Amino acid sequence: MEMGMEASLQAMTQILIAALILIGAFFLFVGSLGLAKLPDMMRRLHGPTKATTLGIGAMLIASMLYFMMLGAFSIHELLITLFLFLTAPVTAHMIAKAHMLGDAATQAELSETPAGWATLKAPGREA
Amino acid sequence: MIAIACQIALAIIGVCMLLNLYRLAIGPNVLDRVLALDTLVINAIALIIVLGIWFGVSVYFEAALLFAMVGFLSTVAFCKYLLRGNVIE
Repeated sequence: MEMGMEASLQAMTQILIAALILIGAFFLFVGSLGLAKLPDMMRRLHGPTKATTLGIGAMLIASMLYFMMLGAFSIHELLITLFLFLTAPVTAHMIAKAHMLGDAATQAELSETPAGWATLKAPGREA
Repeated sequence: MIAIACQIALAIIGVCMLLNLYRLAIGPNVLDRVLALDTLVINAIALIIVLGIWFGVSVYFEAALLFAMVGFLSTVAFCKYLLRGNVIE
């Protein structure tokens, strides 16, 4: 009885791990397809920063479950997840700032703010 | 079952990296290429993780962590250079 329950638990864990790997691969594909197909820079930024981060999160959870199942639990995957989830928004913000500074068409669409846009002022450049 | 899922995932990640390389090659301006490189690094991390699951080796996570750090730093350095004309002021 005990053995049977343990075996079915292990089978369910395996199904969960396989599903998480496939979900992760799907979201990575969605992000990369968005990067390749969307028409302009600000829209292209959405794919890699959201879908891809979600996909890699699912994959890291799958790997954590797998090594927990093997009995070699480690916290490395959690470190990578935390690091990627913290850095993806920073990357997206930096790229959007650089895009706004370099693109005159985007600057023309910006609304007025009382203090102006700090992004548009760089040393050695006319704002 | 996990091995089959890993093989399918490896194929999909390969297609993803080809799409990123396509954007890296045609990207109309510099920032598109920076973004494509960043996504390429994330896909490389996923590749390493899936290979680690497939082979059952947990050593690869050090490599994945290093890739994550180097990818983030290089993207931020590129953007900083494009924003300010300098990396460290």
